[in-house]
Amino acid sequence: MIELNAISIGFFVFSIFTLGGAFGVVTTHNLFRGTIWLMVSLFGVAGFMVLLSAPFLAAVQILVYIGAIAILITFAVMLTRSVTHLENRYIRTIPSFVASLVLFIILIAGVTIPVFGDISPDTAPVVVKTTRDFGLALVSENGYVVPFMLASLLLTAAMIGAIYIARDEEV
Amino acid sequence: MIPLWMYLAVSAGLFCIGVFGVLARRNGVAILMAVELMLNAVNINLVAIWRYSETSTDLLLNGYVFTSFTLIVAAAEAAVGLAIVISVYRNRRSVIPEEADTLKG
Repeated sequence: MIELNAISIGFFVFSIFTLGGAFGVVTTHNLFRGTIWLMVSLFGVAGFMVLLSAPFLAAVQILVYIGAIAILITFAVMLTRSVTHLENRYIRTIPSFVASLVLFIILIAGVTIPVFGDISPDTAPVVVKTTRDFGLALVSENGYVVPFMLASLLLTAAMIGAIYIARDEEV
Repeated sequence: MIPLWMYLAVSAGLFCIGVFGVLARRNGVAILMAVELMLNAVNINLVAIWRYSETSTDLLLNGYVFTSFTLIVAAAEAAVGLAIVISVYRNRRSVIPEEADTLKG
């Protein structure tokens, strides 16, 4: 059993945030509230990234997900008047629940029972890479400069495509 | 120190909640929200396994960089997906994917 200290308390708090927020997203009637629950869940994920010594990813998580994607989803909810579709929020409820429950049981068994030997370390290495190393690796020629450029190309293409798909024909 | 399997267990729970949302929700925007939950579960897995592997001490940053690219792809997916939902709503007055059946034979 793990001892009770700041890291473990933070882990349980962020677990409650993440899983509770996710539960609110898939069960709420009102999609506006679903967006708020989504923000709670994504904040919990950002907390996990802080616990895992990746503070840059936590900051990006909050900026990109809570700052951009959740706001984008809020706009989509308002533009499509999804809040008026309050009744009949589910189809195929029982098969979906059974399928996800079976998948959950398989995954939990996979991460807790060491079938292929003990692959789950209890302690992490002490020295970790910092944000500075990450920035240097993104632009060094034997690092990740080609994926970096491809990602920017993908973002540009997605932006142009989204504008093209969502615009009015008359304008 | 939190053992690795607890991170993986939370991530598995988040992923399965997302799977249920994608399969069972009727509203297209709610399905996209559930897809975001699944992508976040993948991100937790990637960062946790990067952190607990021995390669985080030497020059390798693969898990870290891969997670940041997952974030970028998720942003692109959300933008294009919501644009498609809005476009379908403009043409069909509906955000329910079952009712967008123009291509159905």
